[in-house]
Formats: sequence, structure tokens, C-alpha cells
Amino acid sequence: MKQELEAIREKAMRELDEAKGQQILENLRIKYLGKKGELTSILKQMGGLSAEERPKIGQLANEVRAFIEADLVKRAAELKEEETLKRLEKEKIDVTLPGVRRELGAKHPLSIELDAIKEIFVGMGFEIVEGPEVEYDYYNFEALNIPKDHPARDTQDTFYINDNILLRTQTSPVQVRVMEKQKPPIRIISPGRVYRSDAVDATHSPLFHQIEGLVVDKGITFADLKGTLETFVKRMYGEDSVVRFRPHHFPFTEPSAEVDVQCFNCHGEGCRLCKGEGWIEILGCGMVHPKVLSNCGIDPEIYSGFALGMGLERVVMRKYNIDDLRLFYENDVRFLKQF
Amino acid sequence: MNLSMRWLKEFVTLDDMPMRDFTEAMTMSGSKVEGWETEGSEINNVIVGKVLSLEKHPDSDHMWITQIDTGSGEPVQIVTGAQNLKVGDIVPVAMDNSLLPGGKKIKKGKLRGVESNGMLCSLSELGLTKHDFPYAIEDGIFVIQEQCALGEPICKAIGFDDTKVEFEITSNRPDCFSVIGLAREAAATFHKSFSVHAPAVKAGHGSCADMLDVKVEAPDLCSIYSARIVKNVRVKPSPRWMRERLRAMGVRPINNIVDITNYVMLEYGQPMHSFDLRFIEEGKIRVRRAKDGESITTLDGVEHKLTVKNLVIADANKPIAIAGVMGGEYSGIVDDTTTIVFESACFNGASVRTTARDQGMRTDASSRYEKGLDPNNCLPALERACELVELLDAGDVLDDKIVDDHSSKERRRIQLDAEWINRFLDIQLSADEMKAILSKLECEFDGDDILVPTFRPDLQHKADIAEEIARFYGYNRIPGTALGGGAQGKYSERQKFEHTINDTMLALGASEIMTYSFISPKYYDKILMPANSPLRKSITISNPLGEDTSIMRTTALPSMLEVLSRNYNNRNADACLFELASEYLPTSEDKLPIEKTKLIVGMYGNQSDYFTVKGMAEQILEKLCVYGWEIEAAFEETSYHPGRCAVLSIEGNRLGIIGEIHPKVAENYGISDRVYCFSLDVDMMYEYAKTEKTYTPLPKFPAVTRDLALLCEDSTPVLTLEKAIVRGAGNLLEKIKLFDVYKGEQIDSTKKSVAFSIILRSGDSTLTDERIAATMKKIMKELEKAGAILRS
Repeated sequence: MKQELEAIREKAMRELDEAKGQQILENLRIKYLGKKGELTSILKQMGGLSAEERPKIGQLANEVRAFIEADLVKRAAELKEEETLKRLEKEKIDVTLPGVRRELGAKHPLSIELDAIKEIFVGMGFEIVEGPEVEYDYYNFEALNIPKDHPARDTQDTFYINDNILLRTQTSPVQVRVMEKQKPPIRIISPGRVYRSDAVDATHSPLFHQIEGLVVDKGITFADLKGTLETFVKRMYGEDSVVRFRPHHFPFTEPSAEVDVQCFNCHGEGCRLCKGEGWIEILGCGMVHPKVLSNCGIDPEIYSGFALGMGLERVVMRKYNIDDLRLFYENDVRFLKQF
Repeated sequence: MNLSMRWLKEFVTLDDMPMRDFTEAMTMSGSKVEGWETEGSEINNVIVGKVLSLEKHPDSDHMWITQIDTGSGEPVQIVTGAQNLKVGDIVPVAMDNSLLPGGKKIKKGKLRGVESNGMLCSLSELGLTKHDFPYAIEDGIFVIQEQCALGEPICKAIGFDDTKVEFEITSNRPDCFSVIGLAREAAATFHKSFSVHAPAVKAGHGSCADMLDVKVEAPDLCSIYSARIVKNVRVKPSPRWMRERLRAMGVRPINNIVDITNYVMLEYGQPMHSFDLRFIEEGKIRVRRAKDGESITTLDGVEHKLTVKNLVIADANKPIAIAGVMGGEYSGIVDDTTTIVFESACFNGASVRTTARDQGMRTDASSRYEKGLDPNNCLPALERACELVELLDAGDVLDDKIVDDHSSKERRRIQLDAEWINRFLDIQLSADEMKAILSKLECEFDGDDILVPTFRPDLQHKADIAEEIARFYGYNRIPGTALGGGAQGKYSERQKFEHTINDTMLALGASEIMTYSFISPKYYDKILMPANSPLRKSITISNPLGEDTSIMRTTALPSMLEVLSRNYNNRNADACLFELASEYLPTSEDKLPIEKTKLIVGMYGNQSDYFTVKGMAEQILEKLCVYGWEIEAAFEETSYHPGRCAVLSIEGNRLGIIGEIHPKVAENYGISDRVYCFSLDVDMMYEYAKTEKTYTPLPKFPAVTRDLALLCEDSTPVLTLEKAIVRGAGNLLEKIKLFDVYKGEQIDSTKKSVAFSIILRSGDSTLTDERIAATMKKIMKELEKAGAILRS
């Protein structure tokens, strides 16, 4: 019997070694260890053994069983590993093939920059106010110190609906509406569509976007205007931007200024981008004209303020090197998807 | 406004400095330089020469071989085709390796075998015209009649070397539309002295009192009218210096009389006019409002019907000029003119502006007047014109001037509030320092009062004075300070709501577009809008650029279709676009329209169908937490496919529309693909959006799923069945999933099979079989009421 047990061990070891696949392994387990298995049938003959032999053979039989069990586990692990490797090998793909994409929408470039500008002003404590595009002449012009027959009306060729209603030529009327309603302190920007009767070409459009800002409070100075706009320009164009304030004229501000930023391309030397001037005009601004304040019911002896305005299209054109304004309103998806 | 540097320097002595420094400093003190250019700067190595000999070219019947003395001792041989030369002529010689305007290079070479070491130039080859040198001929070599030395650079020799600077003059500074005005600014900018010489007229040719009678009948529109008579007018070209200056300022020289009026206008900023005295009937000048029905033919040959709104210069019977705009056709100087009247007057700016606009003719004079001119400038300008007449020997000036003056000589007073200005600008200047700056601008002082010169109508308020101080103190010397106070910047809830719409649409794969808010009324036809639709009533622009942009849209649909069409025509295979678009709904005539914001979405291609857009609409509504909306098939939306269109509503109010665009509409836009759109009312979505959310605990008890295969009439909307299920299931319903709709064999052709998965769950216990069975029974009961039976 001892030899038989040894033989079983030998055979099992060999067969396990040669086993390929989990099913074969399971068959072997049944063959040796199952209820009708070889080891079991030998153990059933244990009854015929002497009391002396029985424990010895019993021990050996247990050893063989333990050995086969261990070998089964080991072999199973080996086989699993082999199978995994095989599967991984089989599943190899060309990882450089293009990915499957979900369609993402593209934000309009004007929106992208407008949001960036709003973000900067919100960060400086401004709120955003919108107002009507079809507007009374009073809010668009008269309240802003531009009476009828004022020559400044010529520079803003206006679309009229009738004598008193027009398409706003600037977003300043929103500021007037705010000043009429709200007591200072006021700190707002008003972005939106504005209209001027310019025929469409690469640099003109009868409709474009402006962002105007207004601050009114006690003790607001020209230095506050400068500080605020310098901060804006640095956030917008980078900390190393160089800014200059140049006297200009707007009927609703006094003193008025245009703000230039040193040409990003030539750093002031003069190049094609800045038309040789070394500077690029980016916005207009000034201290709110006392007449405008009093038109809106704010006492200019107590309060002062500043206003600013810029055209969005020009900012975006410069940023992305877009040379034709019409592209913004044509909305070709090949254009939209670039930003 | 162009400025001749040479002319400028007559009034202000400037140190020699690079032009860049000059333009920079002027720009920074408020006179913005747009550009500058030195005349003849494109010309190089072109010098003065003298023709020594002329000899016929042996191999040409029209060319000449010339020897030219250029002052270097050695004659230069040049072949020319010009026929107007003779020995001794002084000519411009473009030497070997020289440059001419337009980048033209001249090199030596051979012309029909004969060596030619350069080129003799005509006027046009130098960039000049006959107006610059009236004695020269146009088609031939420019034979110079100026004093000049051989070998001298040509530009210097003929005075074609002035520098002209282009300024952007803002509308508040009419005084700067003149050499004198800019000289005053330059003097203040560079701290130099500024002097204008007082014109002196010798006259002495008799009195004119009985020849001309001037009367201003509308003193509200003409504050001063002054005139002076010149007899024995000798019309001829002006001298070179005058022509040079006019040219540098961009004005074409004509003859001495016309040139004098232009010269004075440029120098003083005061428009001048000259009348031929013969055509002033009865020698009477009346400055009056036109009578309705009167008309005048102006110098340019155009007839203008006048109204009482127009100010005219009239003689005893008829208008002879539109005041401040243009003279009548007989008022000009002609060959046999002998006696002229110079006019120098100040007309009301608003009146000139209105007249120029109504008559459709803006002139150099009107654009100056409309900004508001200084009445006190009229007499000096008139005197200057007469002085020039004498200087140019253009005629004999009569003794007295005729003036009807209604202008105020009073200077405006503004208190100099140094403390306020310092606080306003955040600077520290003493009152005296401020006075020093203002003195440069010809302000005078009476105690604390500033007496503003009459040529500065823009200075009215202490803020205006602050600007004068700031620009000469230097805007860039004023510090920059951060805003005080702890303002909280934020977006409004509505703004955030719109941001969410934008972000969600982008995430859903739609790209944002921006379209014009104005459209053509024809676009309503293009989208098949019914003729009686109230949406056809739009806000109309009274002065549109063209029909395409003449009304404010009442629907954003045409704008979207326009963009889809453009993309389709540009062969973009698919497009999925959205816009938060404004629509403008008229109210009453004198009131502003309602501006509504709509979310409009449009797409074609990319295997999209009706359910793609519907899914998008459902998702955006879900994201915005707009619940409780209803959907209903719409058959009469004319822009849409009658079988593929639905209207959304909430509490009976129309929320939006979803559908396939009617093939006829798509065809109108040249799109042969199917087009899908939806539009949602943003204002209404905002109103119904549930803004506050509360947490619902995750379910503790298991759900059960029951599938139902139903049979119903083909025309029954699935929504009807869903609603029945909702009613039947009550609060146990977690979800309904439609998984099949089938029509075809095994089913009656008027019926369809619809299959749902119904997921039930209770929040407080595990559902028992009995409870599930009871619920399914209730559901079936409701379904049967809705016309559906279980499919056997």
C-alpha cells in the first residue's frame, strides 16, 4: 500500500504538471481526491491493515493528500497566470488609433473674451448691468451731455426708429439708468450690443459690442481711474504691460483720456501691428462730466466718478490676430471651433 | 487736419528735435498725431542740372542726347524722349542710382545703344502736378524757373521738403483746426513763446460805404458779419511759398484770390468767402432765413430747395450763398471779375449743421462752423485776407470794412478752485502754477476768476479747467490708486442662469453663434410666417443701411437659419449651433419694445433627427430645473414640418417649440438636408426654474421592474400612455422607460405595439407581490381608459 500511495503521488505530480487548463485540473482533483478518487479508494482499504501499520499508512496517505492539494493550488495559480498573460497578449491594440470623441460645443470668441473681461471687473468689485438696446434718445444722448445738433452725434451715426427712439450707439445709457435709480456708491460695468450705421467691411459692422464701466462715489479721483484701469490692463494683457493715458474728448467725461498699451509686438519701437506708433489704443475713459451727474440726480459737489468704454471686437481681433470682423457674425463652424 | 511744420514755425519757435519727439509730446498734451510725412522723402539723388547741349539720337526719330551740367564740372550724358528742352534749361536730374516716388529706381544704361546716366524728370515723376508749378507743362520735362544752384537736391531747390503732420482734432476744439490754434498748443506743450502778428492793411483806395450795405436780419444765427471790398482784382497764380503751404496742408492751389481765402481759413480757422460784387444786386447783403420756396444753385451746379430753417446770404432779391456751407453759382470769381467782396462771418453751428445735413452737402466750411467758431476771429481773419491781397498784389483794398456785429465780447468766467482741482485729479499744484498753465492757453485772470478766451467754447466748468491743468501737467505724472471701499462684485442670479444655459449647451455639443439683431422683412416670407402673424409687426429703422438690416427681428429663427445655410453652403458636413438671442416685440409707437431673450438651437447633419433636438431641449430644461412642462404636437407652425413639431408649455404659457424645419423653408435657405431647431423662452424658464434643491435620501428598499407590452391605436401619442401609467402607479413609480414601438406584421395596420419597463419602488418597505400586482392592475386600468390593452 505504501508503494501504491507513492505511485499515486508520482502519477499525480506528473499529471498535474502536464495539465493545461482549469477544467483538466478539476478533473484531476476529482480523479485523485474525489469521493471515488484513487486516493479515497486506497484509504477505503485501510481497514485491512494491521493496527501497527494503520497509523503509518494513514499518515502517509494524509501527506499524499496534502501534497496533491498543494500541488493543485499551485498549478491552478500557474495556469491562471498563464491564461491571463495569454489574454493580455491577445488583447493588444494599437493605442495610437484616434480616440472616440463626444462632440463639444465651442464658445464664441467674443463670448470668451467678454467673460474674461467681466471676470476681471467682478474681481475688482463691479457688478454687471444690462439694459435695452432699443433706447430713448434721452438716455443715449441728451442725458450724456450730447444735446440735439451736437457735433458729437455725427461721429456716432445713429439708427433711428423715430425722433425719440433709436438703437443705442453705446452702452452708456445703461449707466444713466443705473444712476437715476441707485444712490452711490455705484460700481458697474455694462456690456452689450451697440449699433452704428457703418456699412459692413473688414473693420466695420453696424452692430458690435461695447463694455462700459462706471464708478461713482464720494472722493473718486482721476488717480482712481488710472489705478483701476492700470490694474485692468495688467490682468488682461499681463503684468508687464505698459500703459499710457492720453488726453482725448468725450462729451460725457471731463477730463477724458484714451488708454494705450505699448505694442505687444514691437514694445514701442513701432511696427505694422501698431501702425508705427508703438502704442495700441484700447479704451476710452474719463471723469464723469458734472453735468451728466446732475442730469441723473446726483450732486456733483458731493460725488464724483469715472467711466470707461471699450469695443469688444477690437480686443478679440487683436488677441487672436483676426483680420476680418465679419467672421464674428458669419459663424462658420470652422471659425468657431478654433477658440 | 494736416499741418505744415514750416507754417507752424512762423508762430512758435521750436528747438530742433526729432519729429518723433514732437509728435509724441503733442499727442500727450491732447493733439493726437495720426502720422507725419516729409514731402519728397521718397526722392533720393535727384539734383538740379542745366542743359548744355541737345543732339538728335542717331537711331531714333524722337530721342535726344543731352549733356547736363550738374555743377560737378564733368557733364553728365542723359538720353531723353522729351521734346520741350532747349539749351540752358534748368531741369531735375535723376542720377544713376536714384529713387523716385513709388519706389521707382533709376540706373544708368543704354538707350538704343547710347549711354544714358540717369533721367530728366517731369512734374509727375516727382509726384507733383501743374497746380504746384503752374508755369510748367505736364507732358514734358519740368523746366525749373526757380532760383537754385546746380547740383542742389531737387526737393530743397523747389521747396518740396516741408514736413506735414496729420492731427486728429476732437470736436470740442474747433480752434485747433487752424495753424494758429495748433501753434498755441505747441507753444504750451514745449514751453515756448507764441506770437501771431497783427495783420496790417494799407488800403487807401477809396471808401466802399456806398457800394455795399450789410445787414444781419437773423442775429440769433449770425453773431457777426464783416466784409471788405477789393477792386481791380488781378487774378493770377499765387506765389510759390503760398502754394507750398497749401499743398502741405492738402489744399490744391487755384489762383491768388481762391488761395487767399483758403490760406486764411487754414491759418485762422475762419472760413472766408469771396463774392463778385457785380452779382450782388443793389449792393445789398442780407443775412436772413430763407423763405419757403426759395432755391439756389450752388457753385457745384446743384440746385437746392431752401426752407425757413436755412440761413442764407441774400442780395436785394435772392439768396447768393447758403450761409457757412457754399456760395451760389454766380458768387464765384471768374475771369472778368474786377471787384470782390470778402466775407468773414460767424454763423450758428447747430444751424449750419442742420442745413448742411438737410441739403446733403458737408463742406470744409460747414464742418468748421458746426463745431462753433469764435466771433472775435472774424475781423482779424478779414484783415489778414486783405493784407495778403496787398502782399500778393492781387487787387486794391478799399478803405473801410463793413461790419454788423451782434456778438458778445464778454469772456466767460470760471472760478479757479485750485483745491477742488487738486482733489479731483489727486495732484498738488498751487493756484499760481495752475495760472501759469492757463496763461499759455490765453486765459486771463480777474482775482480768482479765470477769463476764458472766446475761442475756447469748450471751457465751461471747473472740470474743464481740471482737464487743461491735467494735460499740461501730464496725465502720466498723475499717480494710479486702487479704489477704496469694500465693494462686492458679483453676477446676478439671472446672469448665472444664462451662464448655465451657455455651459450646458456647449456640453451638449452645440457651438455658440452671434447674429445681427436686425433682419429684412422678407425673411418673414422666407420662414413662411403667415401674412397675418402679429410677429410681422416689427420695430422699423427709419434710416437703415439697406433692406437686409432694416427691421428688428421678432423671431431669431431667420438668423439661425441664415447661419445654418451659410455653413451648409460652405460645405461644413454638420453644424449644431445655439444663440441666446434677443427678440424685439413692439409695444406702442412712443414706447420701447419688449426685448425678450430666447435660446435658439439649430442643427443639420451628424445623423441628427427630431429626437436629437428634443433630447437636447429636455436636457437643458432638466439642467435648469424647469419642471412641469407639457408637450403637444403642433400642426400649424408654418415654419416647421406639420408632422414633426411640438409646442412646449408650462401652466398654459408657451415655453417653446421643437421641430424639424419645413422642407420648403429649408429650401428657401438652400439647405437640402433636414434641419432641426428648437427655441425656448429664457425669461419664462427663469421664472419657472426651481432654484432651491433639497437632498432626497438614497433608496433603502429594492426596486422592482415590470415590463408591459401594449397595443393601442397608431395615432395615440406615447405621452398619453405614459401619463396613464403615472396616474396608475401613484407614488410608487420611480421611472418609466420606453423600450420598443412596433408596427408591422402580426399587428393590425391601424395599431401599434408599445413596450415599457416600469420601475416601482416604495420608500418605506420592500414591495410585496400583492402590492405590486395591485399597482399593476391600477396601471392597466388607466391604460385601458387611455385606449391601450395588453398585447397577448
